[in-house]
Amino acid sequence: MSVIEATQLTKVYSDLRAVDAVSFRVATGESFGLLGPNGAGKSTTMRMIGGTSLRTSGTLLVNGLDPETHGPEVRASLGVVPQTDNLDTELNARDNLIMYGRYFGLPYSYLRPKAEELLQFAQLSEKATEKVDNLSGGMKRRLTIARALVNEPSVLLLDEPTTGLDPQARHILWDRLFRLKEQGVTLIVTTHFMDEAEQLCDRLLVMDHGQIVAEGSPAALIQQYSTREVLELRFGSDRNVALVERLRGYADSIEALPDRLLLYTADGEAVLARVRADGLDPVTSLVRRASLEDVFLRLTGRSLID
Amino acid sequence: MTEGVDPVGLDFNALAYSGRALGSARQAQNVHRWGWWYQAEWRLLGMKAYWTSILGSAVLTPLLYVLAMGIGLGALVDSSSGGVEGVPYLTFVAPGLLVATVVMSSVNELTFPVMGGFKWQKLYFARAATAATPSQVAVGELLAVGVRMVAEAALFWVVLVALGAVDPRWSWLMIGIAALAGMAFGAPLASYSATLEDEGFEFSMIQRFVVMPMFLFAGTFYPLATMPLYLQWIGWISPMWHGTQLARAVAFGLPLTNGEVAMHLGFLVILLAVGIALTVRNFTRRLNR
Ligand SMILES: Nc1ncnc2c1ncn2[C@@H]1O[C@H](COP(=O)(O)OP(=O)(O)O)[C@@H](O)[C@H]1O
Ligand SMILES: [Mg+2]
Repeated sequence: MSVIEATQLTKVYSDLRAVDAVSFRVATGESFGLLGPNGAGKSTTMRMIGGTSLRTSGTLLVNGLDPETHGPEVRASLGVVPQTDNLDTELNARDNLIMYGRYFGLPYSYLRPKAEELLQFAQLSEKATEKVDNLSGGMKRRLTIARALVNEPSVLLLDEPTTGLDPQARHILWDRLFRLKEQGVTLIVTTHFMDEAEQLCDRLLVMDHGQIVAEGSPAALIQQYSTREVLELRFGSDRNVALVERLRGYADSIEALPDRLLLYTADGEAVLARVRADGLDPVTSLVRRASLEDVFLRLTGRSLID
Repeated sequence: MTEGVDPVGLDFNALAYSGRALGSARQAQNVHRWGWWYQAEWRLLGMKAYWTSILGSAVLTPLLYVLAMGIGLGALVDSSSGGVEGVPYLTFVAPGLLVATVVMSSVNELTFPVMGGFKWQKLYFARAATAATPSQVAVGELLAVGVRMVAEAALFWVVLVALGAVDPRWSWLMIGIAALAGMAFGAPLASYSATLEDEGFEFSMIQRFVVMPMFLFAGTFYPLATMPLYLQWIGWISPMWHGTQLARAVAFGLPLTNGEVAMHLGFLVILLAVGIALTVRNFTRRLNR
């Protein structure tokens, strides 16, 4: 069964097409990602799913219901983590969870013990009575994510969930989200971090300028739009571009970035050896596995993070 | 390690589905019925942070007014003219002070806090992502402020009675009248606050060019009729004047015809209804963009 069915979903702000005829489905229990740079239309798509942004055209069903006409029913099954934290800074961490839960019609007898479990999930048990104002950015982010779980949603909408978290905290969070997914919770994640998309998502939409540019699993996308390996060469910023034409024959394709050249090939070491043998002497070189970043670059000619 | 339990001892199965939470259909059903109350409950709990200042001002304001107006200014007025509208000046002015104080408290509650809910803390956006609807959030906000006004007016009234400034028999009706007048001003104000995108400089203009003139010229300190006709319109369009006239009627029997009572009540009720409708509309628009 589909948790989400979007058909020709479109949102126009005055004259900007923020989301432009996007169609996709998300299956129950799936971990689904929207990957794209800032302004791609990811957050707007998320808000339309929650019925907090009215679509301009297209149809959208969430658990079989239109969020615009059945907002409370749809949102009762959603847990929403917005891109920017909007915690109640006047309240402490525990009361933030409890008061938020009230808005789902949940009684205090359920919410009080639930809040303790969620504080533990967010690693904030020691900070339960601390005012949100006094929490660090990372703690606030974790509390926001815990808050989204208060109504035991079957679908979790995570808009750039790990923004502001340090690397260790990101890995802990990915692990915990993965465990929730194991329990059957459907995850819908937006991100502009390719590592996050690769770690967290079974399937991705790659978005740019409000449109879908590609769709598939991370591995399939890499296979379809990139080679297995990438050779990164730096010749110094003035020589990089000049050498593109000379290197053309060495790899399946070449992308020139301001600071380096990316040579797409199945065997990076072999190409590097040929480049060296031909007397071209890069300042630095690196052979790595292709990533979603390369997919995005190939599809749009731009990098994800600018 | 049991399945679903991680090294820190978190039970992810219980976290995702404890079996204790209401199902989503029941959640939605509760929120359809009570969503407005959850918002009011939250707002009233938030007032706990400054309830001492709410109570303090509800007690201190009448105390100071009664001292200044009753004993100071009142003595002068009463000795030179024998009172106003046939009653001592303190009796005349007390209902107006109660209504004016309650109306003015709407400025604290429904300007910056409403704007901040959209702009700074963005708490209304957090509410919109729950099962509640924007109109429930709007109604809950107004209701909570209405409750605050009733509490404030009640306390003010108790102090007036204790000081002997009003006769308690019918004057308790002023509590409801003051809250009605307060919300008749507060609801349209909230609807305006919900549209502001900048830093709220408009609010100091409202304080200076709407609230202060209303306080000074809408018949709180002297009958509106003492002013020249070209200034009396300030009273006619002020919820403060309509509320004050009704409060005087119940406090000391200011003679009002049935038509006048209906007009004052009608003015306040219509303003309140329009204010609620506009607040609901503006909250909904902004939270659905
Ligand atoms: N409320 C709004 N009013 C006008 N334009 C908006 C609004 N929200 C988003 N946009 C614009 O829509 C586009 C998509 O934004 P968004 O969905 O936030 O993208 P993303 O989350 O992928 O960064 C951007 O160009 C953004 O400036
Ligand atoms: Mg975004």
